[in-house]
Amino acid sequence: MKNYIKYLPFLAIGLLSCEPEFDDAIEENEVYTPGEADFSNYVSLGNSLTAGFADNALYVQGQENSYPNILAGQFELVGGGEFTQPLMADNLGGLLLNGTQITNNRLVLSSNAGQPVIPPTPIAGTPQTEVTNKLSGPFNNMGVPGAKSYHLVAPGYGAAAGLPSQANPYFVRFSTSETTTVLADAAAQNPSFFSLWIGNNDILGYATSGGTGEDQAGNLDPSTYGGNDITDPNVFGGVYTQLINEMSANASGGVVYNIPNVTDIPFFTTVPNNALVLDAATAGSLTGFFQAVTGIFTQGLIQQGVPPAQAQALAAQYAITFNEGPNRFLIDVPATQTNPLGFRQMQEGELLLLTINQGALAQGYGSVALSPAVLQVLGILQQGGTPTQEQAQLVLGAVNGIDDKDALDSSELSAISNARLSYNSTIQSLAQANGLAFVDVDALLQSVGQGLSFPGGIITSDFVTGGGFSLDGVHLTPRGYALVANETLKAINQTYGSNLPEVNVGEYGTISLSDNVN
Amino acid sequence: MKNFLISGMLLIFASASVYAGGYRVAAQGQRALAMGHAGVGVVNSAEIAFFNPSGMVYLEDKFTVSAGVTGVFSNVKWQNTSTGQFAETQQGAGTPFYLHAAYKVNEWLSLGLSVTTPYGSSVEWEPDWAGSHLVNDINLAAIFIQPLVSIKLSEHFSIGGGPIFVTGNVNFNRNANRTLTDEQGNRSNITVDDTGVTNTGWSGSFMFTPVKELRIGFNYRSEILLNAEGGEAAFSNFPNSTLTPQNGTTTFNATLPLPAELTLGFAYEPNEKWLFAFDYQRAFWDVYNSLDIEFGNPNVPTSINPRNYKNASIYRFGAQYKATDNVTLRAGYYFDESPVQAGFFAPETPRNDGNGYTAGLSFQVSEKLAIDASFLYLRFEEVDASYDSYFENGQSVPFSGTYKSNAFLPGLGVTYKL
Repeated sequence: MKNYIKYLPFLAIGLLSCEPEFDDAIEENEVYTPGEADFSNYVSLGNSLTAGFADNALYVQGQENSYPNILAGQFELVGGGEFTQPLMADNLGGLLLNGTQITNNRLVLSSNAGQPVIPPTPIAGTPQTEVTNKLSGPFNNMGVPGAKSYHLVAPGYGAAAGLPSQANPYFVRFSTSETTTVLADAAAQNPSFFSLWIGNNDILGYATSGGTGEDQAGNLDPSTYGGNDITDPNVFGGVYTQLINEMSANASGGVVYNIPNVTDIPFFTTVPNNALVLDAATAGSLTGFFQAVTGIFTQGLIQQGVPPAQAQALAAQYAITFNEGPNRFLIDVPATQTNPLGFRQMQEGELLLLTINQGALAQGYGSVALSPAVLQVLGILQQGGTPTQEQAQLVLGAVNGIDDKDALDSSELSAISNARLSYNSTIQSLAQANGLAFVDVDALLQSVGQGLSFPGGIITSDFVTGGGFSLDGVHLTPRGYALVANETLKAINQTYGSNLPEVNVGEYGTISLSDNVN
Repeated sequence: MKNFLISGMLLIFASASVYAGGYRVAAQGQRALAMGHAGVGVVNSAEIAFFNPSGMVYLEDKFTVSAGVTGVFSNVKWQNTSTGQFAETQQGAGTPFYLHAAYKVNEWLSLGLSVTTPYGSSVEWEPDWAGSHLVNDINLAAIFIQPLVSIKLSEHFSIGGGPIFVTGNVNFNRNANRTLTDEQGNRSNITVDDTGVTNTGWSGSFMFTPVKELRIGFNYRSEILLNAEGGEAAFSNFPNSTLTPQNGTTTFNATLPLPAELTLGFAYEPNEKWLFAFDYQRAFWDVYNSLDIEFGNPNVPTSINPRNYKNASIYRFGAQYKATDNVTLRAGYYFDESPVQAGFFAPETPRNDGNGYTAGLSFQVSEKLAIDASFLYLRFEEVDASYDSYFENGQSVPFSGTYKSNAFLPGLGVTYKL
């Protein structure tokens, strides 16, 4: 009997090793194939969207849910290697430069007695990510928040000495030298597969500033551009060609992404331009006010010697009528010969920014500040009296149009649109010419705007509640990034003959709840 | 003191893995287990106290005891080819045990005691795995303590039975949903825990012996509801928000049914050397309709988890061959029908129909003492299954995939007679 007992441990080990095996086991690489692509060393290049930026910050949880990291998880099923990211120090997200906080912590949705508090506010706490603490790479995720196309090829973009204007604090954290470029650090990793999503900031800087920058179309020197300018399409095209050439030098393939429309993004669609909701009496007095403005302005022109008919025609644009219910706001525009007073009512399709002061909108911002003094002048006018010069100025000055920084008017929108369409045609044609997979993010976000259902709900572009966009209204949620990853997997399968599975978007979170706010 | 002892035993034997239909763990006697766990008609040791107490009175010896323990090595693997996810349960050895004793008062009356762990479950997935909104880990154990009486009404017929005292414990952890985390990114989760849950039931049986070679047995064990009342529910890693439950503990109430079981079978002994046994067993799992966890905190809604189990049959076949005076060999097979219906395949009891192959032997060490060994290999076909009763925003979110599992159960016991 003793002789047998000594074999018992071996029996036990034998039993432990008798695990069940699937006929086709994912774990044993028996289900998926990479097709013609080699995913062993995947490098992603791009901006904040590639870095996993969300809720107005870069933080660990967001980075873990970046679309390149999601993709890398699926690539692992077909021989993909480890995917490293320049992880932040915490889940607060703010950056420190020499101990001073230079970017805000991430936004969270706080609550009060079971009710959400709008707008979202930064989470409380002192962040630990010091920009000057150099991380040792290389890092597969070369997404740099804030980067425009030409920044990726700009030497010194990762030099601490270049902060704040010439360098990017996120790239300073992991650049390999003071003179290197983002592209050089990415290409030096000799990727076997790459992704490239760049160009968003080439129009978004302009768009999120309300179009206060310049459209640099025709200016081929990006070193002269300001942060809120639109990049010239030829500059974009040149840089993009260089990016693709260097990234694909030794790669088996890659995937590129186009630029979505600003109208797909809640930052520009949450505050409607007709949110001036009036009762009948207020609508009547506003209409009366603008009749007064028209009258005063006509008189003023005639006094300056303009023929009455011409004066009336020019002033007629200010006889704006208001109705009970929603009305479009007024915006300030540059004063011109055809619009000498420099304001007008917003037109269909023109956009207000999420950052506009909504409290001020309720107090007459975007319409008229009807002070008692102004009402007094209106009373004089109604009784057929003639206001003094001073009183007339008081009325004209009461017009309170929305500032340029809070809105995108039609000319700004068309500048954005022209650049974007040109970038997108560059991206698509270079993808085609180089045999790369192509992801139409513009179409994807349009369908999110219309509502995309998944097992467990619907993803929309609605601010806070939609599930697709994070609390900054521009960047995506983990669920939104998972959608991008799935579109990417489809495109890769189609281009390279692989059969990578898509992820379950319902397992990816949306916005963060916390009452840890200041 | 009694409670203390029972708690101690529960600690030791808590991790009995599921390896039969639902969370029934059929390992209540090495001799029976070696014959496909068939034993309702087999009069051969004190094991009969569990399988058919009416048969105790036919035991030849004045006093006989059987005790044993089984090691359960079970493995479950899951994968989903539409997403590329895969997972497997942690390897852990469960140890169901039994202690049976029968005492012959006189020719027509025997008394007995049976202590067993017929229900239990221990499944531990990797924390935060793809099905973590359904279960991260579960540990369920129940000890049955049963005093028994057996009365011979005639040479051909006996009856038996007795009350069952059950004490059990349960520990169950899962994530709050598929995505919620705290501020640090840790998944929000809930653990319910209760120990010393007690209740009572009974079993009744008869044995009919028309001729010397054939015994026909019948046994019925009643349903027992384990009502966990005032157990502890711990909420962990929820964010600091009035929109979600708060971290901390509250109480919970839940009921876990241990279903009634009816067994009808026979043993045929054509000669001194051979014995053949067959049992048909019906487990009344339809009592397990839904696992509803009601929380003490009124702000936390009741967790409703439909199970919708159906009654299931088990067919057991066994044979015994007395090779020498000292060595008896046994082998058997059983088919174990799963009580889980399509669309209700929850990863906390991931079992489809199983085929059990058993073998074993007894070695008579002395006149009084025998060693009983058994081995069970339980095999499950690869199965595509889903659990469809998890809801988000009022929409069913099926958890589906392919499961494959098996289990190995080596067991060792002794039979002692006076």
